[in-house]
Amino acid sequence: MSTAVVEQKQTPEPRTITTELRFTDKLFRGIVTGGGLISLAILGLIGFFLIYNGFEAIRNAGLAFLTGFEWVDAVPENEQAAAYGIGAMLYGTIVTGILAMIMGVPIAVGTALFLSYYAPEWLKKPMVVVVDVMAAIPSIVYGLWGFFVLMPHAEYWAKLIHKYFGFIPFFDMPAPVFTRSPFIAGLVLAIMITPIVTAIAREVFAQTPLERIQAAYALGATKWSMIKAVVFPYGRGGVVGGAMLGLGRALGETVAVYTVLNLVYDIRIEVLLSAGGNVASMIVNKFGEADFVELQALMAAGFVLFLVTLIVNFFANYIINKTARE
Amino acid sequence: MSQTLTAVKPSRPWKLTPKQVLPDLFGATFTVAATFAIVAISPLKGKLGFALTLIFMAIITATAISWIRRDRKAAMNSTTTVLVYIAAAFVIVPLISVIYEIVKLGSVGFSFGIFTDDMAETSSESPLTEGGLLHAVIGTAYIVTFATLLSTPIGILTALYIVEVKGRFAGLVRFFVQAMSGVPSIVAGLFIFAVWMIQLGNAYSGIAGGFALTVLMIPTVARTSEEVLKLIPQDLREAGLALGATQWRTVAMVIIPAARSGLVTAIILGVARVVGETAPLLLTVGGADAINLNPGEGNMSAFPYYVWKNLLIGNENSISRAWLGVFVLMILVLIIFTLARYFSTVRGNKK
Repeated sequence: MSTAVVEQKQTPEPRTITTELRFTDKLFRGIVTGGGLISLAILGLIGFFLIYNGFEAIRNAGLAFLTGFEWVDAVPENEQAAAYGIGAMLYGTIVTGILAMIMGVPIAVGTALFLSYYAPEWLKKPMVVVVDVMAAIPSIVYGLWGFFVLMPHAEYWAKLIHKYFGFIPFFDMPAPVFTRSPFIAGLVLAIMITPIVTAIAREVFAQTPLERIQAAYALGATKWSMIKAVVFPYGRGGVVGGAMLGLGRALGETVAVYTVLNLVYDIRIEVLLSAGGNVASMIVNKFGEADFVELQALMAAGFVLFLVTLIVNFFANYIINKTARE
Repeated sequence: MSQTLTAVKPSRPWKLTPKQVLPDLFGATFTVAATFAIVAISPLKGKLGFALTLIFMAIITATAISWIRRDRKAAMNSTTTVLVYIAAAFVIVPLISVIYEIVKLGSVGFSFGIFTDDMAETSSESPLTEGGLLHAVIGTAYIVTFATLLSTPIGILTALYIVEVKGRFAGLVRFFVQAMSGVPSIVAGLFIFAVWMIQLGNAYSGIAGGFALTVLMIPTVARTSEEVLKLIPQDLREAGLALGATQWRTVAMVIIPAARSGLVTAIILGVARVVGETAPLLLTVGGADAINLNPGEGNMSAFPYYVWKNLLIGNENSISRAWLGVFVLMILVLIIFTLARYFSTVRGNKK
């Protein structure tokens, strides 16, 4: 009897092996892909809506929107047409950004070197916390502190710089007003970008191959010779990228700059004078009482700022990614 | 076989001998003494003069001593060592100053009464004992909660797309999210204003502010989550798949639980990034002096807005209020920061 039972048993159908995803996985991948692409879409939408709303202003002004120094509303009674140009503001933004880099990047790179190669073990951790906390402080706090605490000091420093280096055109003063100058704005921005640049530089320095560092020491190099011969050539790209990332932040900073910078629609090379420009601050400044036409111009200004910071960030990230991969 | 063991006194060949320490000690003493002398004699005065002279003298002394003892290379090394230490000091000084001033100027009007009242019936000139910032507390709570609810799923899905699904656009998405974290906050505000107000015709509201902060929060959450997911060992994924689980089950039941505290850190860091953002709120929430319990309608206030408004009013009491607002805001930021560090160390210990 038992043999019959055995004969009845059939070998199971061979299981089909397939690489096709099951339904739940297809759904999962679809949802995740959708979520991932939302970020991309938002970035695209930001650009689209700003240019969509600001297109009229750019078309009316043409290239003068980028090069013009004037920002005046239309006054129908005087037959005065509106003129919107962000040239002076754009120039001022770049000046404060560069000043921030000149003052902030050396400090940041020095701090990164300190944390990587100089700091005693017990100081490393608290110092990293200090840098992280600095990055977490909101910009309004820096704005308030910059205006009430730093400005009186910075004004005095500016006077000293003018007194001893006044022969350099940048430090010349046509009028003795030292408050709310690009120099002070640059100083505040330098403090604000230091943590970012420090973090990136430290990350890059940490990737320096240990055997090369040890090889340099074994050949009798001093610490500085080692850094010059090994760390800097290896991490140069990362430092440049980090500095550019900091520049991107500095260009887009609004509130902190608004409180410590006097907006003047003029191009001046004297950085100690109380006259500067900043696109982001101008947007906040003009936004409150803007009519529809001016609002379009502000949107266009926002688009220019968006484009500039995006390009700076693209370059910065490209350089950092390339350095990190090597 | 018994053997007597004699303890060897460990030698420390790296320990500096008095002869090696002495020149440095002498250099430090000389630097301070010379600085006092120069400040006393020369027209330089004040803290600034003292600090500059001290820095200058420190560099000169360190360089000179190394040069005399060894050579030019050693001198160069000493110079840069002093410079690096000075750079590090320059980073600490502003932070100490910021925190000191906030505590000094901000704690003046601090009492628990400020959390029970708004500014609806208090003029900006009335003393700090009147009024409060409850409206700002509620506004920030609404706006940040809204932004967190929106940006957390998007941020984590983005990270999952880059690390787990590794789709065709993974590299592109990663690159753009990196760039997105550099978008100026004012641009995020303008964007929401263009879409939510101009195109869709809505008025100022807490929700609009929440949307603006979402734009800024997504990249932080996405990038931190990405780092966290990359730290999950590949073995776990392979083990899940080898057991016959679908990718969906592996992610939901293995990867996410393993990365949980890291993902919490990512969200907290995102909150820390946006809680103090001012510029986008200036364009989207409208600001208010009274408590507004409806985030969908009507002007709303928030901490940064409260500080901003009082700063612009500019009379003595309103500026004290601005410092008070900053004081409370900083306490909030530091609590969030500590939470983030706590959760990230929880992850570190488990590994």
